[in-house]
Amino acid sequence: MSCRVRLARNVAGYPFVNRASDSQCRELMDLSRQVLLANDMPEGMIWVDLNASTARDRKLLVERHLISKKLDESKCRRAVAISGDESLSIMVNEEDHLRMQVIAPGLELSSALQRIASIDDTIEKKVDYAFSPRWGYLTACPTNVGTGIRFSVMLHLPALKITNEIERLRRAAKDLHLAVRGYYGEGSDSAGDFYQISNQVTLGRSEDELLDEFQNRILPQIIAYEKEARRALIERSPTLLDDRTHRALAILRSARLLGVEEAMKLLSRVRLGIHTGRLTTVDPNIINQLFLQVQPAHLQLQTDNDLNPDQLREARARIVRQSLEQAS
Amino acid sequence: MQCDLCNKPAVVHEVTVKNGVKKEVHLCEEHATESGFAMPVQPPINKLLTQFVISHGSHAGAAAPVGKVSTRKCPECDLPYNQFRQSGILGCPQCYEAFAQQLAPLIQRAQDGATHHTGRTPRRAGKSIDRQLQRQRLIRELDQAVDSEQYERAAKIRDMLNSLEMETPQRPEEGAR
Repeated sequence: MSCRVRLARNVAGYPFVNRASDSQCRELMDLSRQVLLANDMPEGMIWVDLNASTARDRKLLVERHLISKKLDESKCRRAVAISGDESLSIMVNEEDHLRMQVIAPGLELSSALQRIASIDDTIEKKVDYAFSPRWGYLTACPTNVGTGIRFSVMLHLPALKITNEIERLRRAAKDLHLAVRGYYGEGSDSAGDFYQISNQVTLGRSEDELLDEFQNRILPQIIAYEKEARRALIERSPTLLDDRTHRALAILRSARLLGVEEAMKLLSRVRLGIHTGRLTTVDPNIINQLFLQVQPAHLQLQTDNDLNPDQLREARARIVRQSLEQAS
Repeated sequence: MQCDLCNKPAVVHEVTVKNGVKKEVHLCEEHATESGFAMPVQPPINKLLTQFVISHGSHAGAAAPVGKVSTRKCPECDLPYNQFRQSGILGCPQCYEAFAQQLAPLIQRAQDGATHHTGRTPRRAGKSIDRQLQRQRLIRELDQAVDSEQYERAAKIRDMLNSLEMETPQRPEEGAR
């Protein structure tokens, strides 16, 4: 569905965030703000001081994958700089001083790498990074040391889930030095059968070599695996597939109360139905948008109210019904 | 099979052959104990665990270098190595030097055997690092080419290595590999 390249960088002369004093965190914020909002950065960058923002705004940023849960919950002085189109975000004072990410649609990892490398160069003109010839870019956690790079893709793998093959994928991923995480990255579950798959090795290979291995050797295998599971479902269990997908659509069309997990699960089944040609009357774009719209902070934003949990479930069901009426 | 002495199921079976005569004994738990066929007594799990923990702990204590490592601190940020072992997070860039000996095998294991950086370098760090890394990369490519018997490619890489050596100014501090 989408892909992401992330770089972890630290400023030389400062301790990592977990050992930095309040004044050092403040200095890092001031330095980052100056550098990230400068004219040589992409146009329309905005700076969000997360210590001054509301919990709802922070949740909104998490739901859009612009900041991590960890940064949302952190007690340090922290911020995020975001480009106007939201394709670039740079977290300040997360685990590392700078965590920059470029999000691209589909599997456009190489263009995302080019873009992030050029942003890294721009920042590096003004900031001395913590670097060692032996270990490369020094990061708070040694599992990121070296290139500090993570390539990740968000894949929708509902057929592997239905056929109980996902555990086998997890085991295979471990052997291939890949991390399989949930919808919101580290420590999150696989809501809606979305899995974030990323490289774990960051040292000993160049960025291009890591990309080549991830994009050309590993990803095609995983995608082929899901396609095979979908084909097997269509050939061997067409009624089961039709039942799961049509039932999901029927519930979404008539439910009056919907929890976020249930909504994600049902939307995932409908998406599977569309992509296997079993549901032909639903617009896939509407379903893709709904994955975001049903998230709690996005719902609060759309309804412009502070809703309690029951009201949220009611509002979620209403928005889903209305969208599906338009989509059919 | 039933116990020879009662109706309970037999749990001990003994077959002895003495002077060519085979003798079989089948006893339930109760009669086996009475007859001196001692049942292995399982120590309670908490005792097992305590024993394990104590013996593990005493081994760790006996090994002097391990004890030394546990009290080591980073001179720059004061992070004790033990704290890193618990959290997995280092305190500052200097920690990589301070704990180099302990970190090297950990990193190698986590990084699929890799021991050195070969990716991008900060331009401000100077061209020397670039050259050093380029040299490492070429050596690796040369090994791969020789392994796969691509001798023409290997010769080209060797030429590139030679010209890189010619360019490199002799500065002793660059040898920090």
